[in-house]
Amino acid sequence: MKAKTKNDLYQAKALHIMLLPAVILTLIFAYLPLGGIVMAFQEFKPLMGFIDSKWVGFEQFAYIFSMPSFWNALRNTFIIAFFKITLSILVPLVLALLLNELIGQKFKRLVQTTIFIPYFFSWAILGGMIIEIFAYDGAINHFINLLGGESIPFLVSNDWFREIIIGTDVWKGMGYNTVLFLAAITNVDPTLYEAAMVDGAGRWKQLLKITIPCISGMVILLTILGLGGILNAGFEQIFILYNPIVEQTVDIIDTFVYRLGIISTQYSAAAAAGLFKSIVSMVFVGVSYWIAYKTTDYRVF
Amino acid sequence: MKIKDSMSRKVFNVFNIVVLSLVTLSCVLPILHILALSLSDSTAAAAGKVSFYPINFSLEAYKYLIEKKDFFNSVGISVLRVVIGSVINMFLIVLTAYPLSKSSVNFKHRNKYMIFFAITMFIGGGLIPTYMVIKSLNLLNSFWVLILPGAVSIWNVIIMMNFFRGIPHAMEEAAAIDGASHWQILFQVFLPMSLPALASLLLFTMIGHWNSWFDGMFYMNSPEKYPMATFLATQIINNNKNITNMTPEQLAAMNALSDKSIRSSQLFLSIIPILIVYPFLQRFFIKGIVVGSVKE
Repeated sequence: MKAKTKNDLYQAKALHIMLLPAVILTLIFAYLPLGGIVMAFQEFKPLMGFIDSKWVGFEQFAYIFSMPSFWNALRNTFIIAFFKITLSILVPLVLALLLNELIGQKFKRLVQTTIFIPYFFSWAILGGMIIEIFAYDGAINHFINLLGGESIPFLVSNDWFREIIIGTDVWKGMGYNTVLFLAAITNVDPTLYEAAMVDGAGRWKQLLKITIPCISGMVILLTILGLGGILNAGFEQIFILYNPIVEQTVDIIDTFVYRLGIISTQYSAAAAAGLFKSIVSMVFVGVSYWIAYKTTDYRVF
Repeated sequence: MKIKDSMSRKVFNVFNIVVLSLVTLSCVLPILHILALSLSDSTAAAAGKVSFYPINFSLEAYKYLIEKKDFFNSVGISVLRVVIGSVINMFLIVLTAYPLSKSSVNFKHRNKYMIFFAITMFIGGGLIPTYMVIKSLNLLNSFWVLILPGAVSIWNVIIMMNFFRGIPHAMEEAAAIDGASHWQILFQVFLPMSLPALASLLLFTMIGHWNSWFDGMFYMNSPEKYPMATFLATQIINNNKNITNMTPEQLAAMNALSDKSIRSSQLFLSIIPILIVYPFLQRFFIKGIVVGSVKE
């Protein structure tokens, strides 16, 4: 038996070695920046570094909380994220139910394949496309003109821009959840439908009484997990598409932090705003995972 | 099962096909529009005459890109990034997932490591402190800044870990009895059994590298070091900065000056790799989603 324990030890060493590269990289690129958070409590000057910069306690937080643009960004973040999260569940749900009612398998596969395509495009590419299409001299306005309407300045309008941000995000991601829901629907026990048909239930009744209840668990789970990300309103998309005119309706915490830190070089104030976001979102994610665990027994690890 | 469809059912079927066709078109038409713009004469494109087929067919835009070189230079950086980045990512995913897939009985410190990695999923330093760290490591403006900070993607590690856990224990035990080390078990037993999971993770990783643009913009000072996606993104962002204080008409005039067909040809070229890879490997993607989300 002694030889075996020695062998086990040797074996465990191999496991530690395997983990070593990832541990080092995580320490450098995840934990060091975590330590850098101290700058939120300083008057950080890059030349003086983390050690010599002056400590100011919670002054930076008081400063950002006094900025109206911070509260505007926070409000926008909640609004945009809320609509993105809920619509990214509802639209794919409806699409999956519609796809499930199709009789022709070829058309079904074609739709499923095609609506998945935008998911794989970067916002750098989609941003360019969206601008071509929604620009004042873009495709949609030409269509409106053909119908006799006036051109709408979609990209510089506070009445339209937020809707475009939400709509294009839902559009980009719709293929993903549709596939997920469709997989859940096809997993429903077919004998349930057979029994319902014997009892004379029509398609509509079957949909309401069998399909929807059977996948509702998954829908609820995705909603709860999604709501954990309520402070992530989509930095990359908004950062590429927004401009100073529409800041009022689409500026979010992340873009606010970027401008404050990189454009105005108020590093400490930006780090404080970022830290505020991290902590609040950690609470949201934690609570949503806890609720998901309690209600559906979902576990990540 | 041959029950005659009722009238309302027929109406619904038509409605259903129409709705789904419209949704499908919404994903195809923008691509066709971009392709048509890129193949059109630039005056026709600027005049807004182009819809879904080229007007006054011209390859000028593509010629221009080849002569100007900067776009293809950025494509080259992207290709390098995809190749090197994906190899490193996959290597780390496999190497990290294997020890974590052991139970804490077989690997005593497993849970400690798991917590160490999992914490990074919930809290990060944020934009500014991360930038300061990258700067103090002298990584600004280096190619490796596109690879190293994202080299350990813990979500993918967890997906791989769950896949490894699905491999029957008997396989591992048999190999261990034959005297195989963990390295041999991982590379000669586990990996050959994990090809579908590896393929889908590899594809997601490759597309992720191809599409990333923010790190390039944030950490690179000189545009000639931008990968393709960053090159495209900064064009849009610089354009947006000029928008303030302009009427929509002035904006349209400015847009017409910068060449629509050149912009479109860049966009189209950058989606070609994805469009080529996608149809063949769609199955893997769907499998990847199911592997990733339906845990247990």
